[in-house]
Amino acid sequence: MTASNNAIVRWIDDRLPIFTLMRHSTSEYPTPKNLNYWWNFGSLAGFVLVVMILTGIFLAMNYTPHTAYAFESVERIMRDVNYGWLLRYLHMNGASMFFALVYIHLFRGMYYGSYKSPREVLWWIGIIIFICMMATAFMGYVLPWGQMSFWGATVITNLFSAVPLVGTEIVTWLWGGFSVDNPTLNRFFALHYLLPFAIFGLLFIHLWALHTVKSNNPLGIDIKGPQDSIPFHPYYTIKDLYGIGVFLLIYLFFVFFAPNFFGEPDNYIPANPMVTPPHIVPEWYFLPFYAILRAVPDKLFGVVLMFASILVLFVLPWLDTSKVRSARFRPIYKQLFWIFVLDCLILGWIGAKPPEGAYLVIGRIATIYYFAHFLILLPLTGWFEKPRPLPDSIGAPTVKR
Amino acid sequence: MRRLLILIVMVLAAPGVAFASSEKVSLETQHWSWQGLFGSYDQAQIKRGFKVYKEICASCHALKLVAYRNLADIGFTEEEIKVIAAEKEIQDGPNDMGEMFTRSARPSDPFVAPYPNDSAARVANSGALPPDLSLIAKARAGGPDYLYSLLVGYAEAPADIALVPGMTYNRVFPGHQIAMPQPLFEDMVSHDDGTSSSLPQLAKDVTAFLNWTAEPELNARHSLGLKTLAFLILLTALFYALKRQMWADVH
Repeated sequence: MTASNNAIVRWIDDRLPIFTLMRHSTSEYPTPKNLNYWWNFGSLAGFVLVVMILTGIFLAMNYTPHTAYAFESVERIMRDVNYGWLLRYLHMNGASMFFALVYIHLFRGMYYGSYKSPREVLWWIGIIIFICMMATAFMGYVLPWGQMSFWGATVITNLFSAVPLVGTEIVTWLWGGFSVDNPTLNRFFALHYLLPFAIFGLLFIHLWALHTVKSNNPLGIDIKGPQDSIPFHPYYTIKDLYGIGVFLLIYLFFVFFAPNFFGEPDNYIPANPMVTPPHIVPEWYFLPFYAILRAVPDKLFGVVLMFASILVLFVLPWLDTSKVRSARFRPIYKQLFWIFVLDCLILGWIGAKPPEGAYLVIGRIATIYYFAHFLILLPLTGWFEKPRPLPDSIGAPTVKR
Repeated sequence: MRRLLILIVMVLAAPGVAFASSEKVSLETQHWSWQGLFGSYDQAQIKRGFKVYKEICASCHALKLVAYRNLADIGFTEEEIKVIAAEKEIQDGPNDMGEMFTRSARPSDPFVAPYPNDSAARVANSGALPPDLSLIAKARAGGPDYLYSLLVGYAEAPADIALVPGMTYNRVFPGHQIAMPQPLFEDMVSHDDGTSSSLPQLAKDVTAFLNWTAEPELNARHSLGLKTLAFLILLTALFYALKRQMWADVH
């Protein structure tokens, strides 16, 4: 098969089939013809990752990872570096956007059963990307060395002190000293620069797995023939471009007109180890996990539960015992899904509140429900639910009743 | 281990303490010229605010992140900036003889702080540290509305509040006891352009100035933002039309 009419392209392709690879994975990649707009969020997340890496590289050129200079170097970026304010606000709000997109992407996978056979490994890699993102975002938030940077780093690294026997040693090892200080900031900067490239590599493994098992679709049934699919290019390239346009309108609105909407005012106060802010809260995208952590009176168990809330996603393909993928044909699961979304939102709201009184009670109920959803409700629903009849094919989505 | 326990207790208790002491106070929300998509700074107002800062606030509060040269952004000429900078002296050096010397400040210098260090600032203010104001408009919930409300929020303490000696009652300050005595009074600063010198006017002007020190890029940001969003609306509409056209045979 010739790669092109162009002799140079052919010459290269015979030696390194890069053009063939590109053609296979874009123009020839058969995509279900019925994907809805919820399928835009994967490509959007990939787009934001590139924006984050590019803005991050230029920010790093002007940033100083030292406790005495970090805060002022960020302010120098804001004031004296040409368009430095734009770079930083793009990066800062990009993090919030990245998480919003990935959460929607993740919930889409849950609604349409995208994690089920044969897409389990694809799903796993997605979760690994998510965990890397959380680590990257956490360490990035420490870099401006404001009050929330410092105290957020102190609270979160201290979680590891809950590890039995060697907890304190682990925390000292993480800090590179006996408190969050310059060695901590230095290593967080190095890792914050490194991890996005790891995510970038994982993204290609994610795509590799995707292109092996092909995309799921709103009906959750397999592609049965050429009448069910369309080539990725130009159909989904233009659809993704339209998605990027809409997304950029929202993202850049925040960047230009409400750049600190997602931030905490306290982080514009330079870090001060002698003054604890009255209210230490993580960024909004960590709030549900923060709520789970604080729902438990025992520190070790709280930490274990917080990590378990993410790790449980790895076994989701087996906890969901139903053979039907899409929630469209699962009347009970569909309702459970929306209750679960609501539960996550409640956890996020509780995460922003002090852990006391009614908030604590609600947080505990929501935490129990979170795990009950995965460990009890999903297996039971799969066994007892009567799914609605599936259509014969994507091309003929109507069912004869 | 003990240090760790103290920290955990502090961290877990802190939100509770904050919750207990933070009954909601309503801020006196103002209309600020820079708000909204088309908002921009009112240069005359910021210049007036700079005068208030220079004559009153600057005796205790530093502006470390702002340099004299930045005053060009709010309409001062190069000559005026040289004169303003030269009013202050700073230590420089060492010179060729290895000695430190004093010289008048230049436009490239950051605003000269009123105290040489935090300890000196505390000694002069009975233990309280006047915060640097460069970022204060971004570093407080409520931003400019909070600053304005604080500046006009001084009043006689209600009978049920026992003030700690040296503290002053303030309606919006967290805990209602603030170490800074009322800084602004009517007619403290006079303006050449006939603007009133009432307390609300002085407070508004200095708040506008402090918002500029916190967000000096705001005018450029809003103007670039409008152009970018206008372009994006067109581009997205184009993408949408193309998408409809390309997909016409699929549906």
